[in-house]
Amino acid sequence: MRPTRFTTAVLFAACLTASTALAQKPAASAVPKPPTNDDCLACHGDPSAAGSNGRSVAVLPDKFGASVHGQAGIACVDCHADLARTTDFPHAEKLAPVACAKCHDAAAAKYDTSVHAEARRASTQSVAAACKDCHGTHEIRSSKDPDSATYHLNLPATCGHCHGNAEIIRRGRIAIGNVVAQFQDSIHGQALSRSGLTVAPNCKDCHNAHDIKRKTDAASTVFRATIPATCGRCHEGVQRRYLTGVHGEALAKGRPDAPVCVNCHSAHQIQRTEGASWKSQVTAECGSCHPESNRTYRDTFHGQETQLGFMRVATCADCHGAHDIFPKRDVRSTVSAAREVSTCKKCHPGANPSFAQYDPHADRHNRARDPLLFYASKFMEVLLIGVFAFFGIHTALWASRAVKPGLGQSSRRDDGRRTQE
Amino acid sequence: MEYQRFDIYNRLLHGVLMVSFLGLAFTGMPLLFSDVPWAIRLAAVFGGGHSAGIVHRIFASMMIGCVVLHVWRLMHRLYVKKELDVLWGPASMTPQPRDVVEMLAHLRWFLRLGPQPRFDHFTYWEKFDYWAVFWGMGVIGGSGLVLWFPEVFSKILPGSWFNIALFVHGEEGLLAVGFIFTIHFFNSHLRPDKFPMDPVIFTGRVSEHELMEERPAEYERLRAGRRLDEIEVGPAAAWVPRLAKAVAVVAVTLGLAMVGLILYAVLFARL
Repeated sequence: MRPTRFTTAVLFAACLTASTALAQKPAASAVPKPPTNDDCLACHGDPSAAGSNGRSVAVLPDKFGASVHGQAGIACVDCHADLARTTDFPHAEKLAPVACAKCHDAAAAKYDTSVHAEARRASTQSVAAACKDCHGTHEIRSSKDPDSATYHLNLPATCGHCHGNAEIIRRGRIAIGNVVAQFQDSIHGQALSRSGLTVAPNCKDCHNAHDIKRKTDAASTVFRATIPATCGRCHEGVQRRYLTGVHGEALAKGRPDAPVCVNCHSAHQIQRTEGASWKSQVTAECGSCHPESNRTYRDTFHGQETQLGFMRVATCADCHGAHDIFPKRDVRSTVSAAREVSTCKKCHPGANPSFAQYDPHADRHNRARDPLLFYASKFMEVLLIGVFAFFGIHTALWASRAVKPGLGQSSRRDDGRRTQE
Repeated sequence: MEYQRFDIYNRLLHGVLMVSFLGLAFTGMPLLFSDVPWAIRLAAVFGGGHSAGIVHRIFASMMIGCVVLHVWRLMHRLYVKKELDVLWGPASMTPQPRDVVEMLAHLRWFLRLGPQPRFDHFTYWEKFDYWAVFWGMGVIGGSGLVLWFPEVFSKILPGSWFNIALFVHGEEGLLAVGFIFTIHFFNSHLRPDKFPMDPVIFTGRVSEHELMEERPAEYERLRAGRRLDEIEVGPAAAWVPRLAKAVAVVAVTLGLAMVGLILYAVLFARL
């Protein structure tokens, strides 16, 4: 039953005076019966229903009716349990918090271990997300419903209410900053927003939904050592290759500097690997742990060209592979003696064993590694210094001689004297 | 009265050489200094690293063409026209004892310890310029071809030589660019008695006064042999010196700008 305008107006007026009138209202019945949803909606169904502070207390019957709880026939007082025995209406404005855990005990238990719950426990002022911040209140829908705030494609925007809000990021001291902005241009963000791929990961696929933990927490899905397994939930083949390679092996041995997925790919700004910008970034990234290799790469043709932005030339991964990188001495390595020719052939179809003797990391200062180059560089050094020193002095002397007693005139006077001699 | 110093063949060849040299310098230096910020911007002028490489190869072909034409003409003079003075004597580029003598005398003159030497047709620094280019052609051209066609050269050279080729190509390029844009510019154009330029390589002509003043030995030799009128020419068309000046201003400006970029890179950006 929908309230008429008249009853709405009467009840609304009653609501506004509720706080003073509460005690004087007599009970209608001797056996208290919990109010039905219709009883509640008699007041709250009015879209303009508001509390004394002006905040809307409306519960739109359509929205609630379409919600997962409305569909299931859940009564208002099932959640607002403190109103179940109330017989005096309008009721007190301040209600007890809704305990979602009463029904959703498993989710609530997980939530209690999360960084959000931790923040709320630490400070009553915390704005860290509780159930309703992600799920909403009366209009909660199943996460399978495209209109739900937690629907797969909607979740980044939902997390973004806080993680894209500068004020909350500042107050919560969230180190990563506006992560939603970072994510939305990434390959995963684009797959969700542009391609509408429900198989593409949203926030919860890496971070979980309820038990989100700090990355420094060993139990977190984004804890450094766990990241390959987390990414591997989707990228299983890559994970397997990674774990066989040197980097995965180093991680398994517990080396703290072993790179995991996010070191090369970043966490939230993952790009397509064919892109020029990613290729140049990842080369610098490899160089952050392999500075010598980076230096010698930059000193040779491939590195010089890519530095100029021409990324079709080989970068690290083109020769060394990406996930299953092995040391050169390992026959599985793409740069091992057994396989280097076929690796060169990827770009240089005419490559042969002689061709492969080219050192893409040649170091002219390293006599042991590149003796010919070492001596060639010494020769060139002497040649350059010799030529420029001799002609530098020659030029300086000539200039000073010709310039001395007044421009132009001087040399002619000199010459005149000379021809007479 | 004007005398011919460079015929039209050599003037044109120098023009092509000059254009290709500038082109090679501006398309090659970005790669050598790829770690310095101006490199990307300079390469972008040619459409980025890749197309700068293509333009570099086009200019390289021009320059190789120059060398081939020059050597072909030299061979023609030597074997067909039997001009043996190409090999020795004042008209030859071959370094000769008198060059050492003249160089030492010139240095003494710089220090006011003696009179200015009496030069003939080619001075020692001109011969140095010539042979520096010749040497550079061999080394830079050869290494450049190796780098252009590594798969072909891998059939006759071990790959480790490609490293040498890459390094030497860059360093020789640096030497050539540094030498031409400073020493050659000064010796031929910017020195006070020529400043701002000597148009002889464009007009091909020197005045009788210039010939007498700068190359007295040549002047005396030709006069004594009554051969001065053999090289006597009419004045150049009026547009020639004007064009020469414009071309030289552009070339010298570009060259000095490149020297500035290199000095900036070596002195500041890499430290």
